[in-house]
Amino acid sequence: MFGTAVIVFREVLEAAVLIGIVAAATRSIPGRNRWLAAGLLAGLSGAGLVAAFADGIGSLASGIGQELFNALVLGIAVLMLAWHNIWMASHGAELAAGARAVGSAIRAGKRECSVLLVVVGLAVLREGSETVLFVYGIAASEASGASSMLTGGLGGLILGVAVGYAIYAGLLRVPMRWFFTATGVLVLLLAAGMASQAARFLIQADLLPSLASPLWDTSTALPEDSIPGMLLRSLIGYDARPAGMQMIFYLTVLVVIAFGMKLASRSVAAIRPEP
Amino acid sequence: MKNGFKSLPSYLGFIQILLILMVPVEVLGADGEYSLVIQEHRFQPEELKIPAGKKVKLIIENRDATPEEFESHALNREKVIPGKSSASIFIGPLKPGRYPFVGEFNEKTAKGVISVE
Repeated sequence: MFGTAVIVFREVLEAAVLIGIVAAATRSIPGRNRWLAAGLLAGLSGAGLVAAFADGIGSLASGIGQELFNALVLGIAVLMLAWHNIWMASHGAELAAGARAVGSAIRAGKRECSVLLVVVGLAVLREGSETVLFVYGIAASEASGASSMLTGGLGGLILGVAVGYAIYAGLLRVPMRWFFTATGVLVLLLAAGMASQAARFLIQADLLPSLASPLWDTSTALPEDSIPGMLLRSLIGYDARPAGMQMIFYLTVLVVIAFGMKLASRSVAAIRPEP
Repeated sequence: MKNGFKSLPSYLGFIQILLILMVPVEVLGADGEYSLVIQEHRFQPEELKIPAGKKVKLIIENRDATPEEFESHALNREKVIPGKSSASIFIGPLKPGRYPFVGEFNEKTAKGVISVE
């Protein structure tokens, strides 16, 4: 029972941390709860579908379908998170100040919400499909401990959600002055971490060279399956034995998004001079 | 996103060209193929020997009816293999040592190690 709790907890944690950060980062956008819920539901049904078609997806592209699918899902999420951060860099200040101008602000808010829906949906889809497959395997087997394993899985789910909520609640306590910087940095690191994961899948499928594998080995100092290791993995994309190519992806995404955010905030300041 | 992004595509293009120039020509293709079988939630063999410094294609056949997830932190690889099907993953080049892996859905029984010499 404990074993299944840990496995489900690990999968759920990844999605829960992302949702917690994204929910906090979009607190000032009107109606975002509905979009969050919609993303969650879409992700859950998607997860079921992906699990059901795991066979077909896996055999696509001469056996590397799963890696391509994962890399694609992660890649789209990276783009969405990048869009969010760059958009926030130019519009976040207005929303925070409570400016509720009709028209453009609401339209922009809607667009941001659909981005939010996609990001959340994809995260739940990715982690959820693995969990669904795992739970299906337990349910399908005639093992006598099946019901206790399912209970363990439920426990893992609840714990993972609790951590995600804790991150959300914790972020909301950050003073307004630092709030958007904090969430901006967290989203930035989330995106970079996802890019690193995408690279890992492409290396696994032999579509990318690994380039120095591993770049470092911190598995004894901070193992990935320890609690802090798992948290760091979800928050900043920590990898105990990353390939060199993963690092390139990580840094490139970090630099590109940060660059985009700088440009966006600068262009806003140019148009609207300080009083 | 009206102004300022004209420079970004050219930055990206520059990074891409740099990457392509750095990449050795032989990206695709492995130096050997090795097989693993999953049966009764166990790996066969439980210890697989592969040579050091070579990129290797690992073909995993899942003979069980339920899916299994091949996962190894040491190798930094994970892949779900649906029931009654096969999948392949590329590992290496690796330094000599022992790299444990597990079947995450049945960790108690499904475990093994890749021994690199």
